[in-house]
Amino acid sequence: MHSIIKTSFAAIVAAGITATSAQADAHALSGDLVIFSDMSNPAPRAVMEGMVERFGEMHPELNIELTVIDREAYKTQIRNFLTADAPDVANWYAANRMLPYVEAGLFEDVSDMWEGQMSEELASTKGAMTIDGKQYGVPYTYYQWGVYYRKDLMEQFGLSEPTTWEEEKANCQTYLDNGIKCYTIGTKFLWTAGGWFDYLNMRTNGYDYHAALTAGQEKWDSEKTRATFANWRELIDMGAFIDNHQTYSWQEAMPFMVNGEAASYLMGNFSVAAFREGGLDDSKLDFYQFPEITAGIPKGEDAPTDTFHIPSGAKNKENAKAFLEFVVSADNQTLINNGENLGQLPVNALSSVDDDKFLNEGFAMLSNDAPGGIAQFFDRDAPAEMAAVAMEGFQEFMLFPDNLDDILARLDAAAVDIYAE
Amino acid sequence: MFPNPIEKQSRGVQISYQALLPVVLIAWLLPLLAVMLFSIKPESDFVSGNYWGLPDTLEGFKNYGKVFFESDMPKYLWNSVRITVPTVIGCMILSSMTGFALGVYKFRANLWIFFMFVAGNFVPFQILMVPVRDLTVDLDMYNTVRGLVLFHVAFQTGFCTLFMRNFIRALPFELIEAARVEGIAEWRIFWYVVLPLMKPALAALAVLIFTFIWNDYFWAIVLTQGSETQPVTAGITSFNAQFRAAYHLMSAGSIVAALPPVAMFFLMQKHFIAGLTLGAVK
Amino acid sequence: MTNTTVSDFEGPKRSWYKRNEIAVTPYLFLIPGVFFFAVYVIFPVFQSFNISLYKWDGLGEAEYVGLTNYQKLLDDRAFEVSLWNNLKWLVLYLLAIPAGLMISLFLNQKVVGIRLYKSLFFFPFVISQIVVGLVFSWFYDPTFGIFTKVIGWVGLEIKGGVLGNPTAVTYGIIAAGLWPQTAYCMILYLTGLNAVDPEQVEAARLDGAKGWKMLWYVIIPQLKPATFIAFVVTIVGALRSFDLISIMTRGGPFGQSRVLSYYMFEKALSEYGFRMGYGAAIAVVLFLIMLVFIAYFLWSMYQEEKGAR
Repeated sequence: MHSIIKTSFAAIVAAGITATSAQADAHALSGDLVIFSDMSNPAPRAVMEGMVERFGEMHPELNIELTVIDREAYKTQIRNFLTADAPDVANWYAANRMLPYVEAGLFEDVSDMWEGQMSEELASTKGAMTIDGKQYGVPYTYYQWGVYYRKDLMEQFGLSEPTTWEEEKANCQTYLDNGIKCYTIGTKFLWTAGGWFDYLNMRTNGYDYHAALTAGQEKWDSEKTRATFANWRELIDMGAFIDNHQTYSWQEAMPFMVNGEAASYLMGNFSVAAFREGGLDDSKLDFYQFPEITAGIPKGEDAPTDTFHIPSGAKNKENAKAFLEFVVSADNQTLINNGENLGQLPVNALSSVDDDKFLNEGFAMLSNDAPGGIAQFFDRDAPAEMAAVAMEGFQEFMLFPDNLDDILARLDAAAVDIYAE
Repeated sequence: MFPNPIEKQSRGVQISYQALLPVVLIAWLLPLLAVMLFSIKPESDFVSGNYWGLPDTLEGFKNYGKVFFESDMPKYLWNSVRITVPTVIGCMILSSMTGFALGVYKFRANLWIFFMFVAGNFVPFQILMVPVRDLTVDLDMYNTVRGLVLFHVAFQTGFCTLFMRNFIRALPFELIEAARVEGIAEWRIFWYVVLPLMKPALAALAVLIFTFIWNDYFWAIVLTQGSETQPVTAGITSFNAQFRAAYHLMSAGSIVAALPPVAMFFLMQKHFIAGLTLGAVK
Repeated sequence: MTNTTVSDFEGPKRSWYKRNEIAVTPYLFLIPGVFFFAVYVIFPVFQSFNISLYKWDGLGEAEYVGLTNYQKLLDDRAFEVSLWNNLKWLVLYLLAIPAGLMISLFLNQKVVGIRLYKSLFFFPFVISQIVVGLVFSWFYDPTFGIFTKVIGWVGLEIKGGVLGNPTAVTYGIIAAGLWPQTAYCMILYLTGLNAVDPEQVEAARLDGAKGWKMLWYVIIPQLKPATFIAFVVTIVGALRSFDLISIMTRGGPFGQSRVLSYYMFEKALSEYGFRMGYGAAIAVVLFLIMLVFIAYFLWSMYQEEKGAR
């Protein structure tokens, strides 16, 4: 089965990548290292391949096999391969999203790695990797969410970044009056609608309520949740979202903004690389924090953390641990998260955030302007099955807002089953 | 002959029929022609919204070059070959034997065993999915070409047996009787008398199974993962994730994936059609 | 393989084997095929029945729950939607049979190049359903799809595009599936038409039969074997619809294009699932639907076998 991405010495070192010396040559590893990765978009893929290459240079005796699987397909395959044919290292997500695999005993407890130095360097994300006091993997990146918008369009209509819900809607009306949709979105894979719900709910009812809802402690059919949907509906009724969003992936929805048919996009910072590739430079692309809705509620933010884990069925656990250490090392973190690579935030406190407009803004926002709390993301905070049902409901709501009663009843019914387990 | 042969009709009818043929054909293949057009367009056409006009610049095979040299497509194609060819061979071996046994001999369980193969051939894949996946995992063959091939061989044996048995039934039985009178061992009858006569059936079966297996998607995603083992049908979804919204590359990739069975069809057309109808229509 | 079989029976046993050769040989030839088929196809069917009575995540201990999984199905809206969609598939997919017959009648002529035309018409069947699905999702695309353009000319608009419209989506996917299926039926009928007895046709013609009457009373009865096969493969195809849904919509929008085969896969193997027992229960329902047809096929074949003896 194995064709091998062998990192040869002669391999061309990509421009801009300088060899990192972090913990190198402590002891050279040998044997095999099998990695399954979901970093299938062009930029993350290059990063993953780069890491394998550099790790391979540090350990020339090590035989590294990297398999990159489509990010959406990976979600449906992970259980399959963790149980059937486990690699040594696998990508996944932090917090609740990893809970089922931890409970099923499929992810290796790596608390020993976290003792000492690592806990200090990775203090900010340690919580997201911890279940019952133990750590089950390491993070490699995190990123802010927010509203990415066409700066030039905003200037053209004499608008400014909104800070309140009224301003947000007023701006939107101006765009609509000029024949431009306010928001592009592609809900074919559902999770993009989850982002909208996260923000609307956190801004309407606060982070704590949102956390309780995703944890199954609140009812879906409640006044508070209905208030969230009512706010959402205001935008839907205005016609703020692009048409036919249910047929697009998030990538396929991008051209609407690139071509100026839509003004903004509620997205994660990973989209910046794709926007830039599409031709939007910093004079045309900007970012603002999702505005306040209910006055006085401390703002919560989505900042999903992406991770590496060692499956319990791994055959080369020592090599895997060395790779994980390499991934989180300060130098590697600085490198892979810079604007030319992932364009996201490093998890290691000793790393430096690349001098990039969006990274600086995002880092500042998460550090200073998210007093409510940091959420992972809807489909990582809610149990996977609940998330699937709920996000399907969100999509239905965006298309048929009148179905709300039915949707909420359905979600509550599903919740009874799912949280009972 | 029905309908009325066109050559017996008026000149006008003949000409309009000849003219109608290509028009209907183009309408029939319209979705496919569209993809072919996409596959030779430059990226800039899609950005500028020129979807259906003539290509802005002629890209020729540049998109195809990208498919072959900048993606995992060649790997997936090779995997498809590694899965399809052994399956075809395995099916031919097993079903020529079962077909021989069921087609030549009269014994009590004959019809029951035959019906078992036929019925099994029709079951929905989903009812096999969980146990077959478990079995493959237990055999330590999950995510191997071997595991996938074994299942395909087993499952296709149902259809192939139906096919072979019906074919052998239609052979002149006197040949076998004559051989028996000569005192030739049964296995020699199989090898020297029946097998040579089965050549057209085997050829037809080979093309059919090749097409079925090459186009399989469900079992590929249930029993394999990643570019080391998955065939091109599964690979194309991964390919599409890599080039999401890059229609020119996605369409070139689709055409590449579809090409081998199409080529097989045109090369072995006679056998293919014979297989479809002969195996099925008793 | 056969060689070893024989050498085993040389020596003293030979005479026994010789005496029973004709009785024993078929079993020897059947062993490998039946073994494989039983292990990979027959047993799993029964295993699935069994699994459907358990609650099982595919890993730990399975918990016996009796018919609970089936009870849950009754309240499961996604299951209900899938079942209805399966019914739509079953009924509408049969359109491939008359459509295939029409095309085969159209092509059943002897003019220059007709062979090539027949091959090209058959083309869609040879292509993988994955590619067919991709082709049709572009065909239907709400911004640039040809289909959208064409219905636009006559002033029609499907809200959300065919694949984004919860009412239209299943019909859209079925139409995509009909494309290769019609090609399949066409080729069956083309061969069937070759075998139509020309004398009967001439005789009927002398009696004044033509056009529809001729088709209905003379031709179609003679095409019965082809129709039977077309029916079988179309029903099987309709209930196996998985690839198209998976590639075109993943069951969306909000689950409106799911069918049982896809829903079962989602429940049993996706990240959100590994509800093996529940998935198996869905598979059993699907199997039971199929069983009705399997029984009918076998019964027809049995009648024919009896007639042949």
